[in-house]
Amino acid sequence: MMKPALIAIPVILLLAAVSVFTGVGSLAAADDGRGWFLVVESRLPRTLALMLAGAGLAVSGTIMQMLARNRFVEPSTAGTAESAALGMLLAVLIAPNLPVAGKMVCAALTALAGTALFLQILRRIPLRSALMVPLIGLMLGGVVNAITTFIAYRYDLMQSMGAWMSGDFSVVLRRRYELLWIGLALTLVAYATAARFTVIGMGEAIARNVGLNYDRVVALGLAIVSMVTATIVATVGMIPFLGLVVPNIVSLIMGDNLRRTLPVVAVSGAGLVLACDIVGRLLIAPYEIPVGTVMGVIGSLIFLQLLLSRRSHAG
Amino acid sequence: MIEIHEVTKSYGGNAVVDRVSLTLPAGGLTSIIGPNGAGKSTLLSIVSRLMPMDTGKVLVDGLDVSRTAGDVLARRLSIMRQDNHITARLSVRDLVAFGRYPYSKGRLTAADAEHIERSIAYLGLEPYQNRFLDELSGGQRQRAFIAMVLCQDTDYMLFDEPLNNLDIKHAVETMKLLRRLADDFDKTVVVVLHDINFASAYSDRIVAMQAGRLAFEGSPEDMIVPSRLQAIFDVDCRVHAVGETRLVNYFE
Repeated sequence: MMKPALIAIPVILLLAAVSVFTGVGSLAAADDGRGWFLVVESRLPRTLALMLAGAGLAVSGTIMQMLARNRFVEPSTAGTAESAALGMLLAVLIAPNLPVAGKMVCAALTALAGTALFLQILRRIPLRSALMVPLIGLMLGGVVNAITTFIAYRYDLMQSMGAWMSGDFSVVLRRRYELLWIGLALTLVAYATAARFTVIGMGEAIARNVGLNYDRVVALGLAIVSMVTATIVATVGMIPFLGLVVPNIVSLIMGDNLRRTLPVVAVSGAGLVLACDIVGRLLIAPYEIPVGTVMGVIGSLIFLQLLLSRRSHAG
Repeated sequence: MIEIHEVTKSYGGNAVVDRVSLTLPAGGLTSIIGPNGAGKSTLLSIVSRLMPMDTGKVLVDGLDVSRTAGDVLARRLSIMRQDNHITARLSVRDLVAFGRYPYSKGRLTAADAEHIERSIAYLGLEPYQNRFLDELSGGQRQRAFIAMVLCQDTDYMLFDEPLNNLDIKHAVETMKLLRRLADDFDKTVVVVLHDINFASAYSDRIVAMQAGRLAFEGSPEDMIVPSRLQAIFDVDCRVHAVGETRLVNYFE
């Protein structure tokens, strides 16, 4: 039980250290305090933002998989991220002077509506093949995305939309990422209520049988997932596959007793994003590849492998 | 005591359960039998508040199931359904431990741990207790779910077709186990069964349903007679007494 944590924590600290010391500007060259300035204003915020986003998305993915009772669901395969982007766009159009936090609230509300719609559709479709579920989510996301693109195109906001949908941490500076701490707070709430989400993952009948207020816990889960997704879309942009890959690997090794596994999910999510970001920064240095793109490539490969190897557990 | 008063449940104008009134006294094993679509499983789901009823009332030891808080009822009554397909990948031990959820809300006490040990031992699951459910055979998994219900330790235990998909050995073991829950632990066991001979051999009471209505109820001696079975299932049959058990032969 302690083992994964014992391995994960030094690895994550190491990755965080590498992350802080990776970059174009040299930290050692100037000893007039510029190195320190660089760390405090840019490098450390970036590393923290990466870890917060990674942990938040991985935990959100786990919760969504329990809510939808399907292993292939995460915020970017259930319409959640697309709905959050629509909310951001509407906020930008209707109330352009709203601070980012306000826009994030709009994004959280539309993400909530979109994800709730997704779960409603699932309830109404009688035969739920394991692969049908993410397909429905991708279609819903596609429809929402089409609406957002249409509006963004007309109001010349395609560039902002790109920023929301594709994770890029190169723009992270102090005072520009702090909303992500809300995601951490929500992740802690998820941990405190982890047993409930495990019970939800056992199905509605078993959940009601042990006296769980099913609808209330689903609502709590939806709220957590929507808010976390919204903070990420509003600050650094969506990172695909993370919420699929990390929970699936952890589940394969440790199972799904979330009280035990959620910390491992969070730490692994943070670690994977850190690693992808470092790769993206080193490959074509001094330029960089956005973490969303790196994660897209690595994540889809890992995910394909998981899909092929654990089809029997997919449901 | 479970009191069912005038319970009705319809889908699109079609009454699946139609004004059923029934009283099940505490203790013993009651089987619910009847042809497909008679409303057996629906009635069980309504009694265990997994499904709302349209009209009527169900009281469990005087508690109205549609009004009682979920966790209060979960300490009185438990149900095991046939389709236990779960997404969460849990070990046998974790699954059984969740039977304590109504008491512990996920934070297990020493008393909970004792219940878990006992349930696992009672079902002979020690060798597999750290295996994941998806690594077990159908019969082992079924036993794990029964251990979870046993661990929930409620006075009333409901089982919806627990013998489905089990081979003869495991079906007999499961029925003997349910019988022991009634005999050794003073539980009130209610089982939906398809096989009349299982119902005949292991029940204290048999309740027969037909087209959503309560058709007959009584002891196996009263119920396992050709005329009644003919009326319930619409098949000709003979009943043979073998020792103390009455066996139904519907093959001729």
